[in-house]
Amino acid sequence: MVFAMPNLTPALPEIFVLTMASVVLMADLFSGKNRFVAYMLTQVTLLGAAWLTVGTSSGEIAHTFSGMFVDDVMSDVLKLMTYIAVSAMLVYSRGYMQLRGLFRGEFFALVLFAMLGMMVMISANHFLTLYMGLEILSLCLYSLVALQRNSSQASEAAMKYFVLGALASGLLLYGMSMIYGATGHLELDKVATAIQHGEGNRTILTFGLVFLVAGLAFKLGVVPFHMWIPDVYQGAPTAVTMFIGSAPKIAAFAFVLRLLAQGLPTLVQDWQGMLIILALLSMAIGNITAIAQTNLKRMLAYSTISHMGFLLLGVLSGNNGGYGASMFYVLVYVMMSLGAFGMIMLLSRQGFEAEKLEDFKGLSQRSPWHAFVMLLLMFSMAGVPPTVGFYAKLSVLNAALSAGFVWLAVAAVLLSVIGAFYYLRIIKLMYFDAPQDENRIQAQPDMNLLLSMNGLGVLALGILPQPLMALCIYSIQHSL
Amino acid sequence: MLSWVIWLPIMAGVAVLATGDDRNAKLARILALVGAVAGFLVSIPLYTGFNLMTADMQFVEMAPWIETFKVNYHLGVDGISVLFILLTSFTTVLVVLAGWKVIEKRVAQYMAAFLIMSGLMNGVFAALDGILFYVFWEAMLIPMFLIIGVWGGQNRVYAALKFFLYTLTGSLLMLVALIYLYNKSGSFDILVWHMLPLSLSEQVLLFIAFFTAFAVKVPMWPVHTWLPDAHVEAPTGGSVVLAAIMLKVGAYGFLRFSLPIAPDGSHAMAGFMITLSLIAVVYIGLVALVQADMKKLIAYSSISHMGFVTLGIFIFNAYGMEGALVQMISHGFISGALFLCVGVLYDRMHSRQIADYGGVVNKMPVFAAFFMLFAMANSGLPGTSGFVGEFMVIMGTIKVSFFYAFLAATTLIFGAAYTLWMFKRVVFGAVANDHVAQLTDINAREIVVLGLLAVAVLGMGIYPLPFTEVMHHSVNNLLSHVAQTKL
Repeated sequence: MVFAMPNLTPALPEIFVLTMASVVLMADLFSGKNRFVAYMLTQVTLLGAAWLTVGTSSGEIAHTFSGMFVDDVMSDVLKLMTYIAVSAMLVYSRGYMQLRGLFRGEFFALVLFAMLGMMVMISANHFLTLYMGLEILSLCLYSLVALQRNSSQASEAAMKYFVLGALASGLLLYGMSMIYGATGHLELDKVATAIQHGEGNRTILTFGLVFLVAGLAFKLGVVPFHMWIPDVYQGAPTAVTMFIGSAPKIAAFAFVLRLLAQGLPTLVQDWQGMLIILALLSMAIGNITAIAQTNLKRMLAYSTISHMGFLLLGVLSGNNGGYGASMFYVLVYVMMSLGAFGMIMLLSRQGFEAEKLEDFKGLSQRSPWHAFVMLLLMFSMAGVPPTVGFYAKLSVLNAALSAGFVWLAVAAVLLSVIGAFYYLRIIKLMYFDAPQDENRIQAQPDMNLLLSMNGLGVLALGILPQPLMALCIYSIQHSL
Repeated sequence: MLSWVIWLPIMAGVAVLATGDDRNAKLARILALVGAVAGFLVSIPLYTGFNLMTADMQFVEMAPWIETFKVNYHLGVDGISVLFILLTSFTTVLVVLAGWKVIEKRVAQYMAAFLIMSGLMNGVFAALDGILFYVFWEAMLIPMFLIIGVWGGQNRVYAALKFFLYTLTGSLLMLVALIYLYNKSGSFDILVWHMLPLSLSEQVLLFIAFFTAFAVKVPMWPVHTWLPDAHVEAPTGGSVVLAAIMLKVGAYGFLRFSLPIAPDGSHAMAGFMITLSLIAVVYIGLVALVQADMKKLIAYSSISHMGFVTLGIFIFNAYGMEGALVQMISHGFISGALFLCVGVLYDRMHSRQIADYGGVVNKMPVFAAFFMLFAMANSGLPGTSGFVGEFMVIMGTIKVSFFYAFLAATTLIFGAAYTLWMFKRVVFGAVANDHVAQLTDINAREIVVLGLLAVAVLGMGIYPLPFTEVMHHSVNNLLSHVAQTKL
């Protein structure tokens, strides 16, 4: 039996991250009380992975591991963005985690393993690879949520997340096996060709698709599969919430695109209808429920749900322009989400979680600059120009309109007005109300710098959105 | 040239913001005044260098901005928009002066908000690209939202949120219309859209989408309810900018978007628009009569006067449209002046209730003279700018229907009634109470502010030609464009 060694070059970043995750785990064991070693090692890993990703990118589609793994422009771009998001998350959470005694080796190892899962999802070209990536990610996230062992709230959130997540994974697997049964293939491109040639029983395919979409909807967190999001967002330590709310969204987007746009493009008629319902429900329920929240993390959870609904507007248009718009949306969303959770951690202190809306009262008097950064982030989330959130909304609305769904676009904008209300309420608290909390805001310089860059980035990209937009369109066109 | 008019005030605003907290308030004030005056000075060449012989866009600037959506940084002005840029820059100077002493907390932020807003509003009037227009249009809500919310009165939070959400709802429907036009024409260029053939049902739907955005801004009855709240709660400067410029943006939108892009839709909806306009003129005029709060009274008066503007636009003749434009400029001066007058009183008495005043003339004769002039102008006295616009619109309307003109002309009675009655109760009579007895007359700074406006009101009333000759060609061109069907 001849065993051909697969070409490892396209998967070098993944291999590197896996190795380094193990190194971090070991290094932490021997570096005693000083967790800074593990922190720096993790950041170096991200840098190295970025270097490898850029170095191995060829601009062409490279398959390896007998077609199970793919390295294309889209995966490179999304992976780079993932590194940036994770790196920013680590900078933001350093102080917060240190104060809570969570700044431990397993945090970094779990984050790196989770990121490995995301990278595998982004580069997957096969049902099994997709599933494997998803499980690596999910298992790490379950344990990250439960990282704060003495918090019953966190344990409850982790348990909920795990049970529902396992159910969704089951649905996903069931859907995959049905499609495998109908077409006889597990590789995305081959599945697509098989369906195009009319192979496979239509009923089984449709049933499989329903299960797949349900599983995807759970992972994205769109209505009616959104129940876990508010509890997990609220229960997890804020740093972990930030992690869940940022980089994995990029991977989830890639997951949706790989499965639907690459694997099942000929079933577009079927999944389009499902996505319309999911998108509409998410935008409606996410935005309306967010108004009633008094806990900021919970509010941001519902805001995520509505944003994921908007994201689907681009995907459901079923063309490259729409996928590009969604990609732009997810990257912009991750940027805003990082900033917003960063602000929560900025206001938190030892033994005090600034997760109530009231904690933002009078921020503009306590710290005008931080209030301004938060103002930019909130207006961006609401989609008000000149912030980048507007262009994200513009792109996906354009995608929906170009696919002929005028009514959907109208519904989306009306629901986003509802959304604007609760973002404005935060601005109101910061600018119009008097401060209750007179404690001085303390932040490490690196966190301050990053937060400023995050806020100004939202504005700068809002004034010049072209480069990022073009990058998204380019990577979609050269990958699908 | 146009870029300067937009970006100079914005950069000045950022510079003012950089002066930091209230320890440097004096520096912030001076810097803001320099920025505002410089902003006005750079806008003057737009008028002096304006070619009166053409209806084409002038001072055009064009650069690619977002290639993915074929969005260009496309600026230009014609006879319709150029005067509003001057009005905006002029008003900003007045607003900075008016807030000089009154604003004591967060001075730099206050001044910066007005400067930045001034640049953004100039951008709205100069933009010839749909997305560029929309960006300026929405962005100017942010400073106004903060101005009302931070420096406003008792009920400021409610007013600020209502203002923002009302306008946002309308604007987003317009955004859908803009994207629809982009998908239809492959371009975001407004001038391309002017030539785009569209079916009647498309035109009517587009008209409705634009209507929601512009009618809220004008504001037309029945979507006007945000305005009295916003005006009452906003600080004086905020009220002035709201009345003098932000309301005009809505009417300007009708002229730049609704009419030329959907001419058949506009004709189809003209009856509806005229009805709403007349309701605003008559009904809101009556509502103004019973107000007990001076700012609220002027706010309702603004709505009533803006009804005249929309009436003039939708009767589709040269008198009506030029009258509407003159009325917009003139109302910018008059309503701004009236809000400043109320501001002068409020700064001294901290009350806007008419009942708290009486006999102000005994203590503030100079102020009373100015107030008198603006009250007369608001009621449309010949010789003031208020007369010119109303007269032209009524002239235009009578060509269409005597009945419309009759209803519109009632404003000359109601307008005089509510304005002069308020004036009488506040200014004349015996000194009403101890607070009034302690009033001091206006100082030099306030005389400068009100004096500049008085000159503008009288100048435009006695010799309106410099204003009308600028708009003449563009208005005729627009009318002939609207007369052609696009079906």
